[in-house]
Amino acid sequence: MKQQKTSLLRNNAVQTLLASLLCILLGLLIGYIALLLINPAGASEAITTIIKNFMTYSKPATQLKNLGNTLVKTAPLLMCSLSVLFAYKAGLFNIGAAGQYVVGAGAGLYCALAWQLPWYLCLLASILAGAALGAVSGLLKAYCNVNEVISCIMLNWISLYAVNTLLNLVKEETSPYTLNLLNTSPGSALPSLGLGALFSGNKYVTIAIPLSVLVAVAVWVLLEKTKLGYELKATGCNKFAAQYCGMQEKKNTILTMAIAGGLAGMGAALLFLTGFEQWQCTQSSVPGMGFNGIAAAFLGGLNPLGTILSSYFIQHITNGGAYVDKTMYSAQISDFISALIIYLCGFVLFFKFTLNRWLDRRDEKRTKAAQADPQKGGMAE
Amino acid sequence: MILLLQYMLIFASVLMLVALGGCFSEHSGVINIGLEGIMVMGALGGALMMKFLPAGVPAVAIILLVVLASILLGMLYSLLLAVAAINFKADQTLVGTAMNLLGTAAATVFVKAMNTAEDVDNVSSIIQYIGPKRAFLVNIGSFEFNWFMLLALIALVVSYVTLYKTRFGLRLMACGEHPQAADSVGINVYRMRYAGVLISGMLGGLGGIVYITAGVSEWKFENGVAGFGFLALAVMIFGQWKPSRIALAALLFGFFRALGNVYTGFDFLKAMNLPAAVYNMLPYIISLVVLAFTSKKSRAPKAEGIPYDKGQR
Repeated sequence: MKQQKTSLLRNNAVQTLLASLLCILLGLLIGYIALLLINPAGASEAITTIIKNFMTYSKPATQLKNLGNTLVKTAPLLMCSLSVLFAYKAGLFNIGAAGQYVVGAGAGLYCALAWQLPWYLCLLASILAGAALGAVSGLLKAYCNVNEVISCIMLNWISLYAVNTLLNLVKEETSPYTLNLLNTSPGSALPSLGLGALFSGNKYVTIAIPLSVLVAVAVWVLLEKTKLGYELKATGCNKFAAQYCGMQEKKNTILTMAIAGGLAGMGAALLFLTGFEQWQCTQSSVPGMGFNGIAAAFLGGLNPLGTILSSYFIQHITNGGAYVDKTMYSAQISDFISALIIYLCGFVLFFKFTLNRWLDRRDEKRTKAAQADPQKGGMAE
Repeated sequence: MILLLQYMLIFASVLMLVALGGCFSEHSGVINIGLEGIMVMGALGGALMMKFLPAGVPAVAIILLVVLASILLGMLYSLLLAVAAINFKADQTLVGTAMNLLGTAAATVFVKAMNTAEDVDNVSSIIQYIGPKRAFLVNIGSFEFNWFMLLALIALVVSYVTLYKTRFGLRLMACGEHPQAADSVGINVYRMRYAGVLISGMLGGLGGIVYITAGVSEWKFENGVAGFGFLALAVMIFGQWKPSRIALAALLFGFFRALGNVYTGFDFLKAMNLPAAVYNMLPYIISLVVLAFTSKKSRAPKAEGIPYDKGQR
């Protein structure tokens, strides 16, 4: 019985899961303390509101509809976190997912609103735009040795201003928002295939949600089961060794960033082509979706399938934050909690290391106790 | 023209302070991507001090107290990076990114809570500091001299002397180049790295308050510091981790950033009729181009970003 427990704790997936749960718990706990400090009266209620999200509604139909809303925003988040994860596996830190998401939104929305192209072309445009921006970072990294983190950040801001200017051409006359997608170009909206009916007629629930899950599986297959994935990971581990083995490390770097960019760009299409949100052309900061993607990727233990769960969780608390009592707290409290969770994810490695050392010591003591006469055998426990 | 010079100098001061901060941290071997978050925290400290100082405090005291508050909060916040990166060997890029997000989120939550507590209808994340801000300004003709410019200059000279002429600075740099070797001659690598990160917190925090007081007299904390921390990192790389070159790089970047604020004052620029977005993008584009040309022969500290492990060969 105990032997079995040891082997279970040694399992990497179990350790990751434990670590992630610990991050979540600690993040929520610190968030709760922050709420208590701001205003002790409503703190417990606020934190339960954040955790409950759509379940704060009493009617099942409304609950279902709001679950749909959360899922609609989970799809782009999942794509962004896959983008971060994919690049990270190949040794690159894609903080530019935010910018790639922005250009994806720009390209997709412009194709839809200005030219009324069908949805699959708009989707393609988003993917290509994101991939192109990712490739720029990759090129700079491969040929000019520019740290991808810095170049990505610069590109984030450049793309924000560029997209604001571009989408200014297709905005509503009286507001800073882009034209309503469903009215202007219904053919550009992602098809629902009857999925909306499942969520009490939520018209924003489209194929985007199953599509993003499929992509997560595809990324997993690509990374774990193909030669390309192996090469990309090898380049990430040690680019000199990869080069020595005959892999083209420059090409791999660029390709990695292009694929990562494409994933983030597609994420934007999966949100904006549902018509759920309109782009605000006066936006002065890069949308948080890409940055939350980092949180989801690390919280998911850098596993494509784990990120499905973690993306949902992050989006769940982000949406939940919108329901807190605005007279006491701000909606940013959920940003605060997810930022805390990312910070805590930095300690995962240490957690695993400590856990493994503890297990090693326990085993050692046990074998010693078994070999010699067990005088202090019980001490290990 | 004078306005351009004024903005250029103040933005250059911000970039110089923050880049020097990054320089200390990286020379000790810790990559500090979290400068942006540190700036926000420093700005928050300074802004709060300005908000709550009673009227009638002499200008010198205002300056000292505001600077002190910014530095203190910046250093406290940088401890998050120091603890995670030095004691717990965490991924420095990840922790830095988290700090950037956390800085803006925490500042927004805090300021909003404070504003709503004062007035239930006020849900903004704005702090105003019109009055106390005047303490920092001295008018010389039409040129508005800001004491922060002098402060940045002092920081530059002190950084140069500290890094190259003192035992502490040379030891700090040794820890970023080859920590094992430094340890073998009795230098405490962990302590040096703590010092490096804390100094970056100090200068970053100071840079934060300079940035938010640069052009405006109120600040919306939801916006963070608009990528200035990263711009400072670009300045640092362009400056090849050397204080003197960082100063020149900061002036160059400050110029392009200032252009965005004052380009309408130049007839030939106005005549070109470019959208404002172009000027907003300019500093970022320039820094990308510059980085593309200078990163090839980068002289980054050799051991930066690698957690120090005593037992490693």
